[in-house]
Amino acid sequence: MKKSMAKSLLVAALGFGLTVPAFAADTIKLGVAGAHSGDLASYGLPSVNAAKLVVDQVNAKGGIDGKQVELLIEDDVCKPEVATNTATKLVSDGVHVVLGHICSGATKAALPIYNNAGVVVMSPSATNPALTQSGDYPNFYRTIASDDAQARTEVDFALGTLGLTKIAVIHDKGDYGKGLAEFAKTFIEKSGKGEVTLFEGVTPGAVDYSAVVQKIKRSGAEAVIFGGYHPEASKIITQMRKKRMDTIFISDDGVKDDTFIKVAGKYAEGVYATGPKDTSSNPLSKEAVEAHKKTFGSDPGAFFENAYSAALALLNAVDQADSTDMAKVRAALQSSDVATPVGTIRFDEIGDAVGVGFAMYQVKDGQYVEVK
Amino acid sequence: MEYFIELFFSGLTRGSIYALIALGYTMVYGIIGLINFAHGEIYMIGAFTSFIVATVLSIYGFPLLSIVLLAGLAAAVWSASYGFTIERIAYRPLRQAPRLSALISAIGMSIFLQNYVLLAQTSDFQPFPELIPDFDFMEPYAHVVGSSDIVILLTTAVSMIALTLLIKFSRVGKAMRATSQDRTMAMLVGINVNNVISMTFIIGSALAAIGGMLIASHIGQINFFIGFIAGIKAFTAAVLGGIGSIPGAVLGGFVLGLTESFATGYVSSDYEDVFAFSLLVLILIFKPAGLLGREETQKV
Repeated sequence: MKKSMAKSLLVAALGFGLTVPAFAADTIKLGVAGAHSGDLASYGLPSVNAAKLVVDQVNAKGGIDGKQVELLIEDDVCKPEVATNTATKLVSDGVHVVLGHICSGATKAALPIYNNAGVVVMSPSATNPALTQSGDYPNFYRTIASDDAQARTEVDFALGTLGLTKIAVIHDKGDYGKGLAEFAKTFIEKSGKGEVTLFEGVTPGAVDYSAVVQKIKRSGAEAVIFGGYHPEASKIITQMRKKRMDTIFISDDGVKDDTFIKVAGKYAEGVYATGPKDTSSNPLSKEAVEAHKKTFGSDPGAFFENAYSAALALLNAVDQADSTDMAKVRAALQSSDVATPVGTIRFDEIGDAVGVGFAMYQVKDGQYVEVK
Repeated sequence: MEYFIELFFSGLTRGSIYALIALGYTMVYGIIGLINFAHGEIYMIGAFTSFIVATVLSIYGFPLLSIVLLAGLAAAVWSASYGFTIERIAYRPLRQAPRLSALISAIGMSIFLQNYVLLAQTSDFQPFPELIPDFDFMEPYAHVVGSSDIVILLTTAVSMIALTLLIKFSRVGKAMRATSQDRTMAMLVGINVNNVISMTFIIGSALAAIGGMLIASHIGQINFFIGFIAGIKAFTAAVLGGIGSIPGAVLGGFVLGLTESFATGYVSSDYEDVFAFSLLVLILIFKPAGLLGREETQKV
């Protein structure tokens, strides 16, 4: 009695950061790292809620192989310099797997620390392509499609499904639009199946886009891939149709918005836009959202379903591997399917989720309909 | 050659709108030496007024021509009343103050109006009804130049001619020219300078409102922020042509519009603004008063 009292006092004195090794083997420690305060807290807090829900569910069913799951929640405010401290703290606390981080920059900074400690990390929201494609981060996985996945979907659709060869790539000079446009351009050039007839940026807010529309026409493009948001997209499509051009218009999730259809009206008909795959009809997704409403009394926030799926996938992999060893967890992630709110997924060897991503939609009778 | 003509018309359309707005800047500057930064917002309010009126009238099933005329009239009157009021409350009390005070007041007014429309309407883009239909006789040329481009050009031309006649031959126009030359002297010979200044704001605002309606119908959408970029470009056009000079504003508008259009067409739209503003810098280096501006002589 006295001894355990002294022990708990010691623990209290050392702070909660240092856990007593004897307990380590009895729980699975799931770290949750991301922005939990500051400007970007709204991106990070939903994953904390998601992790709590999943862990409660797993523990209620008796845990994993008889071990309870314990949450270690750490804030990185989405800053790379803070994220390294967050990672070091989690590792010294003996974390086994980590859900996070939220921002790509912070994730990139933290990954080497986890890798050295043999900890698998899964982000619900870090979309930077290099995180998986560079091969530098073997311990990294994610349940969201990377930034270039959207451009990939657009290009595959234009060159493959529609069989086009001449494409004009237009963007709005912004980070999002230009980034997508550059990926699309690279993919078209690499494919060898098509050519980029025009690559240009337009100035958002200009009073008139007819000059650039004429240029598209002169370039002989069969389709336009536009990277940007709906105000410019609706102006460009309107002016193209008014100039009697029937060039196919393909765009991104910045355009897959009902405002686009409202503003462009009849000219919106037939426009293609990529958007995240619709998961709202998935029973697991409904269940997760309901659980969130019941427990927290509000609708879930950004990346909630991705975080919920990541927590499920991580714990499932630990369960399958019967171990928290990095190599075994990785093998389990890549070999076993897991049913999650974003669909039944598994992971490829670079760490991207197979089955998560973008679908192509088309405007039909004033509504976006998925193109099957 | 067809490509050249297409770009030419595209430039003329832009230029017409810049010119319509630039007239307001240049007239106000010519008379009270103030750069009215709220002028872009007057253009935006004109677009919104015509949007509301046109939407209501089309619900009641008015014929298109009467919708266009009534919406245009409503926009012109409503914007003119804004122009009049702004001058009364934001500029007239500062008439004797240093120029900088009035300039700050103008910037404040611009921010106020933007946010007022943002709150009173919405921050979303609104679909603007197509007020200018596609004419049947234009169909063979529709791939080169649209019906709305032609209507914009004609409306601008008519407005310019009417304004020139007004300033050259009417009593108000004469009073305006007198006030612009020497305000104190104009007062001494019995001109009501305050009325003349109000009139200037009213005319300038009405022209901007017409520009706002035309361009909104041309591109099919509006929001509270459209006045900012259009205002900056029109101000550039006014400076380019020689601020204070009415033909200068028109010339400046067309030069700017055509430069942007050809730069986009033959170089790259990435550099549209670079070309427009490089041109401004070049003209100001070689002709500091603008294309048609008069050198300001220091009064002794």
